Amino acid sequence: MKRPISVTVNGVKHESDVEPRLLLVYYLREALGLTGTHVGCDTTSCGSCTVIMNGLAVKSCTFLAAQADGAEIITVEGLARGPVLHPVQQGFWEEHGLQCGFCTPGMMLTALQIIERHPDPSDAEIRHGLDGNLCRCTGYQHIVNSIRWAARKLREDGAPAIPRDFPAAQGTQ
Amino acid sequence: MIPAAFEYHRPATVDEALQLLQRLPEAKLLAGGHSLLPLMKLRVISPPHVIDLGRLQELRGIRDGRERITIGALTTHWQIESSDLIRTRLPLLAEAAARIGDVQVRNAGTIGGSLVHADPAADYPAAVLVLEAELVARGPRGERTIRAHEFFTGVLTSAVEHDEVLTEVRLPRIPQGTGAAYLKFAHPASGFAVVGVAAWVRRAGGRFTEVRVGVTGVGPAAYRARGVERALAGQTAGDAAIVAAAEQAADGVDVNEDLFANASYRSHLARVFTKRALRAALERAGES
Repeated sequence: MKRPISVTVNGVKHESDVEPRLLLVYYLREALGLTGTHVGCDTTSCGSCTVIMNGLAVKSCTFLAAQADGAEIITVEGLARGPVLHPVQQGFWEEHGLQCGFCTPGMMLTALQIIERHPDPSDAEIRHGLDGNLCRCTGYQHIVNSIRWAARKLREDGAPAIPRDFPAAQGTQ
Repeated sequence: MIPAAFEYHRPATVDEALQLLQRLPEAKLLAGGHSLLPLMKLRVISPPHVIDLGRLQELRGIRDGRERITIGALTTHWQIESSDLIRTRLPLLAEAAARIGDVQVRNAGTIGGSLVHADPAADYPAAVLVLEAELVARGPRGERTIRAHEFFTGVLTSAVEHDEVLTEVRLPRIPQGTGAAYLKFAHPASGFAVVGVAAWVRRAGGRFTEVRVGVTGVGPAAYRARGVERALAGQTAGDAAIVAAAEQAADGVDVNEDLFANASYRSHLARVFTKRALRAALERAGES
């Protein structure tokens, strides 16, 4: 039996009827069309499906959409403001933090949590924070550099790591 | 991977959850979901009913009391790891919580869910054993407390009955002159404990007055290494006694084997990590 849920994603409220077994990552990708959140290992290991839910980085392959009823979620699509990249996106651009890009959305969402908890993170804090995100292209050094770049930019801007306002978002879908 | 179909229930109170459990004996309880959902996705289990406890605010949070600290079953690993109260008063528990999974897993997983799941390689069991925690379960017969050493009964099996809900973990205050440490040899891929040892020592007048050792990852369920504890009690607090006593860390245990670590290697790791955890605990106990 389907169950009604109401989930706010990137500032937009969505009302949907979902099967209880529908996983949050498939809800985001298939019901809402937000395919920036990737399915990698599907076993809570790789972190590609990481989103921010109620201020916490979580692996959306290991949540039911039904559990997210009432939640506020941020996906990679919620980071940029029009043409202006979020500092974390800018950091990955400036420091060459990606090759194929598959792990990148998860890396960036986890980075928000790392910077929120450690506004001036040490390399060790960044690496410890990335424990749950796997990149198979290359090493992690450029990703660490990207996050350090983003943290500095956010400090300079005096901005919160995890976006709070979604000016582009309007109404219910 | 998609779980088999099930009916989803979301009670608003513990009493409502208990009524659902009475009516639906095949139901599984969902807390943070980070043990249950992976099993359901792999279809190791396919419960026809899932009862989501996630909205039970009464089961969340950490409370400071005169005699003990109480942690609600739905408190997440991150909340425990980052709690000033736990870090100051029960640093061993914060240390164990911080070693679980990764950032995202610790944001979601709960202490109650982890304890009831009773994975033989989980981190909390070693810590709650040596902290002599009391686990509180509520069921149709009312509330009861289960002592930590009677809680872990076998592989993925705890003393919580099918019609009960674990509601909180009670941890007694730690006296002065004690030190504790949790060390683990983590599986390089999964991060689970191949061996994890929590050591707790109390010293006075240069001697061990009380020693507790909790071991996870080694047997079908986490256990207290009573042989090690007895061998150390009353001994001069130092390395010689630790090295000798740690030899008994896996004695009498039906030691787990898997592709990564056979029984002899795992027993060896148990002895080594018992030694190291005891050394670290003794150092933290300081002089008194």
